[in-house]
Amino acid sequence: MDLQIALLLGQDGIVNGAIYALLALALVLVFAVTRIIFIPQGEFVAFGALTLASFQVGRVPGTLWLLVGLGVLVAVVEIGIATRNGTLRRLVSALTWNVAYPAVAAIIILLGEPGTWPLVVQVAAALALVVPLGPMVYRLVYQPLQSASVLVLLIVSVAVHLALVGLGLLFFGAEGSRTTPFSDARLDVGGVVVTGQALWVVGASAVLIVVLYVFFERSLWGKALRATAINRTGARLMGISTTQAGKLSFALAAAIGAASGILIAPITTVYYDTGFMIGLKGFVGAIVGGLASYPVAAGGAVLVGLLESYSSFWASAFKEVIVFTVIIPVLVWRSLTTRHVEEEE
Amino acid sequence: MEQPVILDVEDLCVGYGRVEALHRVSLNVRAGEIVTVIGPNGAGKTTLLSAIMGLLPRSSGNVRFLHSAAREIEVERMVAMGMTLVPEKRELFGEMSVEDNLLLGAFMRRRLGHRDERATMDEVFGTFPRLKERRDQLAGTLSGGERQMLAIGRALMAKPKLLMLDEPSLGLAPLIVREIFRVIGRLRQTGVATLLVEQNAKAALQLADRGYVLETGEIALAGSSGELRDNPRVVESYLGLGGKHQQ
Amino acid sequence: MSARSRVIVLVIALALGPLILPEFHITLLNYIGLYALVTLGLVLLTGVGGLTSFGQAAFVGVGAYTTAYLTTAEGLPGFVAWVGVSPWLTLPAAVLLTVVVAAMLGLITLRLSGHYLPLGTIAWGMSLYFLFGNLSFLGGHTGLTGIPSLNLFGMDLKDGRHFYYLIWVLVLGALWLSQNLLDSREGRAIRALKGGTVMAEAMGVDTARSKMVVFLVAAGYAALSGWLYAHLQRFVNPTPFGLHIGIEYLFMAVVGGAGNVWGALVGAGLITVLKQWLQDLLPRIFGASGNFEIIFFGLLMIFVLHRARDGLWPVVRRLFPAQAAAAGVVAAAPLPIREKPVAGTVLLDVRDAVKKFGGLTANNQMSLSVKAGEILALIGPNGAGKSTLFNLVTGVEPLTSGEVHFLGGRVDGKASREIARLGMSRTFQHVRLLATMSVLENVAIGAHLRGRQGVFAAAFHLERAEEERLLAEAARQVELVGLTEHLMDPVGSLALGQQRTVEIARALAADPSLLLLDEPAAGLRYLEKAALADLLRKLRDNGLGILLVEHDMDFVMGLADSVVVMEFGEKIAEGLPEEVQGNPDVIEAYLGGVD
Repeated sequence: MDLQIALLLGQDGIVNGAIYALLALALVLVFAVTRIIFIPQGEFVAFGALTLASFQVGRVPGTLWLLVGLGVLVAVVEIGIATRNGTLRRLVSALTWNVAYPAVAAIIILLGEPGTWPLVVQVAAALALVVPLGPMVYRLVYQPLQSASVLVLLIVSVAVHLALVGLGLLFFGAEGSRTTPFSDARLDVGGVVVTGQALWVVGASAVLIVVLYVFFERSLWGKALRATAINRTGARLMGISTTQAGKLSFALAAAIGAASGILIAPITTVYYDTGFMIGLKGFVGAIVGGLASYPVAAGGAVLVGLLESYSSFWASAFKEVIVFTVIIPVLVWRSLTTRHVEEEE
Repeated sequence: MEQPVILDVEDLCVGYGRVEALHRVSLNVRAGEIVTVIGPNGAGKTTLLSAIMGLLPRSSGNVRFLHSAAREIEVERMVAMGMTLVPEKRELFGEMSVEDNLLLGAFMRRRLGHRDERATMDEVFGTFPRLKERRDQLAGTLSGGERQMLAIGRALMAKPKLLMLDEPSLGLAPLIVREIFRVIGRLRQTGVATLLVEQNAKAALQLADRGYVLETGEIALAGSSGELRDNPRVVESYLGLGGKHQQ
Repeated sequence: MSARSRVIVLVIALALGPLILPEFHITLLNYIGLYALVTLGLVLLTGVGGLTSFGQAAFVGVGAYTTAYLTTAEGLPGFVAWVGVSPWLTLPAAVLLTVVVAAMLGLITLRLSGHYLPLGTIAWGMSLYFLFGNLSFLGGHTGLTGIPSLNLFGMDLKDGRHFYYLIWVLVLGALWLSQNLLDSREGRAIRALKGGTVMAEAMGVDTARSKMVVFLVAAGYAALSGWLYAHLQRFVNPTPFGLHIGIEYLFMAVVGGAGNVWGALVGAGLITVLKQWLQDLLPRIFGASGNFEIIFFGLLMIFVLHRARDGLWPVVRRLFPAQAAAAGVVAAAPLPIREKPVAGTVLLDVRDAVKKFGGLTANNQMSLSVKAGEILALIGPNGAGKSTLFNLVTGVEPLTSGEVHFLGGRVDGKASREIARLGMSRTFQHVRLLATMSVLENVAIGAHLRGRQGVFAAAFHLERAEEERLLAEAARQVELVGLTEHLMDPVGSLALGQQRTVEIARALAADPSLLLLDEPAAGLRYLEKAALADLLRKLRDNGLGILLVEHDMDFVMGLADSVVVMEFGEKIAEGLPEEVQGNPDVIEAYLGGVD
């Protein structure tokens, strides 16, 4: 392998690693706030990419119907609870978000011609359809299980993953899709061609990471999410609702997932089940970060990306296996150096 | 003149599975009053506070706070209405700074549109100067006494009308207990009502205006602190015959 | 109906099955049995031991491929070829090879704590799956065919109806062995893993070994299932050994009820039948285009876990409550007791112990000694470093410098369980008990080091004599602390003060020479404290040394023979209680003046 190939592979690795880093951050966030290992993260990647792809070929994406359907289900559940408790006036916001919003989205997409919209509007529309699915899934599936064990939440996550993959196949079919690149630019850097899309991915990931950092360090809701992650009971006593924190973290995770999908869709062909592997690698990065530290998780994810890229050159069939096997020494090292302090107090 | 009742608990029952932890508990707290609940371990004191706060579901009975009685109590709603609980375990945000812990104490007030958290924080720092010295330190690195101060300070950031304290003296050296109790006593002058659950019955009855004795999930006795201090049953069970080394 | 008669009904029903059920149902039951074996391993590993594994399918694969290869390959060298002659010879080979592979993987991945472990299992699960598909001598993705059928007592088990009996005899046998194992000294050690390693190690449990035991048992069951699968199916390929199937086994365990061995049967049965049913039903409703199964399956699983998050076994048991077996403790010969040092012998000698956490000095030049027949109280304001000193003495944390001597030998640097073995036993400031286990079983964990019977004896219940003695000893300690009326109650149902007392009984069950108590009186009321003080005096008079961290001054002053006062990690005073009380430094730091 000469230097040029090495650099090219490095570029690939960093691009993929940036995406894994975003997903790792989302996984860490969701786990820290809700104790849920969010296996369906990958499906949001696929949904984001394939919703955009549907727009571009002039099809109505199935995620629209999922949004409408889940919204109706949430509304039914909320109306049931409100009737039982006599708190009907608090339904307004629930109905706005779960019935009115999907209805408006449906009207705009069915009457407009998404295929003719500019790319940036298509991207915004894809995000607008996919992101609310996160809080809805949280409301329907996880909120009733708030006090369940990590193992039960994990198994439920696998079940959600299975259901969403099935829906993905139903909505988008078995064929993969690619979307129009954000930029056709090609830069020659020291003999290596860097594509505009690669810069987009890395740049957008970096911006998102900085935005998340500022959100958690500076904003009241960001601090509230951290507080929930550190001490759920303490946070509730401050008036921070576990449910709201959960929904917010799922919205963030869905947004990060969908954005990642939209970013990579011009580079890789995305299939309905592509998300799982991508999510799993984000998971590897997150685990390397101990499901606790955001910078380490991001670093772990970039490492995974590089590892994958270089092993695909030497042994492409072994690519996945190398990524997962080489991670074991990293894990052993981490578990030996991180002193496992038992949860005292 | 008698102050109005701000917390009125009526026939509260709470059960864990088949075991009933609280049985028809009734009590009330008036504005500006310090009311204590004493009783042996396992009597259900912590359960009582958790159920009033909405952390635990109740099986039957009513909890009226400031004349509002929802069928389903939610913690967030109670906080919004001016009730705060300092739990036995403190429940601080260990990996956040003292200042951020205090800021989050004002989370609900911020959401309700108040922007006075800096002024409130200065008041808290006035009450607990130790916290000001350590404002940038992580809460997890504080000593036991400082943690309790932070827990109380954080609760005060919400400008509560009713402050509920669960065993504030547990695990603290006597010197610190005395300081904490002094602060609680001073709060009365600012009009805050306090519901104090204590196993240190002696100190609690010295401080409080009235008290209830909770035994095996039921109110066994109620009365003014003076009456309870003189009650032979209380003396024998909770105040002990020794106690010469305590304050 | 008692639990025993219910098992008999189940066995009879299973025995009659092939006589009345159609072929298709037999096949389904065969697969349920195979899955139940693997799931049973996961119940032990994940549900009981708290170690989550996604990789069990890969172990099934190792077992299946071992027998497939040995019975079909030609031209094997003589020293292995003889194994391939009969599947009955490849059975031990398959299990052994799987267990060896598991032991190697276990050595790496079981060190991983918390959420690292599941990822570790994903990692090797994927790698093994990939190896099956890419090693040419294993037939690549097409796999191996022509695997011989089993032959039992001259009967060819080609027919699923015959194979059925073999599978279910093995499943029931595995259930019996697993239940036995859990109900034993080794089983308690495995169950203690969920309570945190610090507690288990302090009771003398080698937690690394317990983890490995349960991991290897689970791998062994998986290998057995794989061996059966290979000879039932008569061919193998990599598909059933992939990550998705590994996840499915975990599904079965959790949905069935991972806390109980019967949950394995319920989970395997339900999921197998459900998938079959969905595959039959849904295409009829939605027309030919499939893939609705996976959506419905996912949704149904969410629904089930919403309704029964501990899995279905507890629901089944509630629907058909069994009469509780008359649990009780049989009178048994007392366990041998340790030779105790005579009163006045120095038991514990801490010399200039220093402990630094980063820049913070938690203990600085701390020295103290405890003699047999003495109660030494360690007091001081919160944060003075008392609990840290406890952790240094008991081997939970390493010292930065200084020495700890116990019974004349140096123990700093030794593991907790080795120190426990020498006769030091402790309680914890924050109660560390297993809430769902009975008081008796919790206390029996304390007696762990006083038994020696191992896993095999436990699985076949050959250790009943010793077990009875251990339980009798535990019951005796429970009586000593006055909790006999709660002997069989789950610890979680006791008040916190009583739970602290259970901790003392557990520590005493180890028959220690030195007892370390971390705030035993916190949360006790007056009369309970008096009873505790009486008990501690009695123990002291019997020659036990006691080191006591406590806040309650009344309690300490009336009880202790001598007192050490700490402040800011250092010793500021020591002596008789009266002396310490009069010491101006102590009054300033701790007592805060006399009112």
